[in-house]
Amino acid sequence: MAKKPGDDTQRIDQPTGTAFVGHEWDGIEELSTPLPRWWLWTFYISIIWSLAYVIMYPAWPLVNSATEGMLGWTSRGQLAAEMQAADAKRAPLVNALAAIPVEQLLADQKLYQGAVAGGSAAFKVHCVQCHGSGAMGSKGYPNLNDDDWLWGGDIAAIHYTLTHGIRNPDHPETRQSAMPAFDGVLTPAEIAAVVGHVQSLSGKAKPNAKGAELFATNCASCHGADGKGLREFGAPNLADNIWLYGSDPATLTQTIKQSRQGVMPRWNDKLDAATIKMLAAYVHSLGGGEATPAAAAPAAAPATMEAKAANGQP
Amino acid sequence: MANLEDLLGVDDPLYEKRKGVYPKSVDGFFRRFKWAIMAITLTIYYATPWIRWDRGPHAPDQAVLVDLANRRFYMFNIEIWPHEFYYVAGLLVMAGMGLFLVTSAVGRAWCGYACPQTVWTDLFQHVDRFVDGDRNAQIRLEKAPWGPEKIFKRLSKWSIYLFVAFWTGGAWIMYFADAPTLTVDFWTGQAAPVAYATVGVLTATTFIFGGFMREQVCVYMCPWPRIQTAMMDEKSLIVTYREWRGEPRGSVKKAEAQPGAFGDCVDCNQCVAVCPTGIDIREGPQIGCITCALCIDACDSVMEQIGRPRGLIDYLTLDDVATEKAGGTAHPTLKTLFRTRTLVYFGIWCSIGLAMLFTLGQRTRLDLTVQHDRNPLYVQLSDGSIRNNYTVKVRNMETRQREVELVIKGLPGAIAWTSTGSRETATDRVKVSVAPDTVQKVRLFVVASTEGATRTDFEIQAIALTGSEKGDSDSVRFEAPEAGQ
Repeated sequence: MAKKPGDDTQRIDQPTGTAFVGHEWDGIEELSTPLPRWWLWTFYISIIWSLAYVIMYPAWPLVNSATEGMLGWTSRGQLAAEMQAADAKRAPLVNALAAIPVEQLLADQKLYQGAVAGGSAAFKVHCVQCHGSGAMGSKGYPNLNDDDWLWGGDIAAIHYTLTHGIRNPDHPETRQSAMPAFDGVLTPAEIAAVVGHVQSLSGKAKPNAKGAELFATNCASCHGADGKGLREFGAPNLADNIWLYGSDPATLTQTIKQSRQGVMPRWNDKLDAATIKMLAAYVHSLGGGEATPAAAAPAAAPATMEAKAANGQP
Repeated sequence: MANLEDLLGVDDPLYEKRKGVYPKSVDGFFRRFKWAIMAITLTIYYATPWIRWDRGPHAPDQAVLVDLANRRFYMFNIEIWPHEFYYVAGLLVMAGMGLFLVTSAVGRAWCGYACPQTVWTDLFQHVDRFVDGDRNAQIRLEKAPWGPEKIFKRLSKWSIYLFVAFWTGGAWIMYFADAPTLTVDFWTGQAAPVAYATVGVLTATTFIFGGFMREQVCVYMCPWPRIQTAMMDEKSLIVTYREWRGEPRGSVKKAEAQPGAFGDCVDCNQCVAVCPTGIDIREGPQIGCITCALCIDACDSVMEQIGRPRGLIDYLTLDDVATEKAGGTAHPTLKTLFRTRTLVYFGIWCSIGLAMLFTLGQRTRLDLTVQHDRNPLYVQLSDGSIRNNYTVKVRNMETRQREVELVIKGLPGAIAWTSTGSRETATDRVKVSVAPDTVQKVRLFVVASTEGATRTDFEIQAIALTGSEKGDSDSVRFEAPEAGQ
């Protein structure tokens, strides 16, 4: 049972010379030892510091915001300032990129390297979702490292694809083509023959005379008589070793029956011109980038393509 | 409750209050030796950054420069790149070995003569004598109440401290940038903030450590005295009071009155008065003794005045102490210096130094590192061949432009090209031009021959195209899909 406080505060503990508080538990008594000075002063300074802090910085939470503080500091304001500083730092590269036509980017190696570095960062934000972090692609999403291009692999063609996208129906300049679905148009036996011929183009099967004949009537207008594709329509080369969806009979049968209509978003209204150029430079630098043709003319009018594609249908 | 008081030690505070140390000026062999060491070390410290060394247009012309911003370390005709940092590590190992050697031979000679804390404390104690006068005047002034004279003397003394401290910090930053440029920038307010911060910090530490804490740094803060205790043995030279010759102490008058009753020590207290750490060497070896040997100078001059033999306080080994106590004579100093232990230390020290000099002469100034792309590991091309991508770094560590050829070895039929080339014109080698004193990063695309590309290790060699210079090579892997994939 504790003694009442205050009844013997005048009694002094001999060894230390300190007064008792008056609390006692089983013979153990509490001394009125003062707080260490350093602690006390730290405490006072902390109080002064907190008062100053409350006055200088946002402190009291209100309904929609907090008290403003004399310094006018906000975390959002700080973020905005930091973003502005980062933009200012990037400005020389961004301005130079905005000014240069994309075909001439390769001639300016220093700018090109800067663009590749920036594109590498932008790619990881906007492109990896489909093309993968190493730009390796996957079924239906092209591998950007290789030397096979659906719509063209020079930097201007890549830039056009990035800007206008592929099969964006709401955009007049988008890359457009439509492979017809042959289910019901050709009989299953005919489709199997075409599959056999397509496989034979890259040495995966024996030549198929019936398939070759059907291919010439139905497919050659876009894929070419030799099956090497046509970039104006984004028609893939069927005679090489790279297959976007797969080269086995089942996949090919599905492709011919139902057609494939891969879509890529256009970035012209989502990213600024400099970032799109950066991405073009990055994709071009991955190893499959082609030299710019002498007369750099981005793909032809989509209207003709549709006409040709329509011609493919019997 | 008296017993409890003893237990708690209320009368003995845990921390000893600092006793003022006012060392008296002294002259003698060791004092002059200390002057010489101080002059040499301070000259090296202040003058080194100002030595010029022509390295041509692509490298700085400062003889000793730690160029942190550009990651280079220059020391006369040696240039060290970050990946060669082991030379600096080797220097540190040599410094450690050197301290072992010195400590096992001559005890705490580093503490007594060469340590910056000792040198600057010594310098500041001379400032004390210059402003306040010698020991007695200093004690008088310390005890005197504050008045115009004391205020003036303290202010002028502390100003000189601050001046010395500032130049100490100011000289330090000269090792990290071009000294003349930095000096101008510093005074025109254009130097980097870190330069001002460094000068500020070093000024503060010099001012506090040299001006006020002095021997407390050696006794309480520095770990080296404790480590040294483990380094020394019974053959290391330490400052020793020959108590068997000096005790019992008695004045010259007493000794004349009772011949034979007293030792040689006349208890003049000069050894204590001159000691920069304020200890009494006659109490035996102790952690506070930095073996500066000023007490030897003081005692020798007294012994000379009263016509007794020198060496009552002397450099002696523990072995010598035992021998002399038993009536023998001490070993000659040279014999204690050259013994197996010191020779082994010296041998290790030399072999590290020679090994570093040898490798320094052999090292290549063209370095190659190749990193294989991990994502993707390989790329299938339309004709069925496999391409691997590599990031190649070519370091040209010379101050001139160099043409380098990268050659694929051990991958039959392989061709390589860079981002400026193309597969159509590719061969098994690629030319790269590397600017002076830079690292050139190159993306290298390698395609193995179409049939039977398999996983294999191969080598990329860098060959310098001018003259018969040494090149470098790096071993990397060529990845291909597993069979059946």
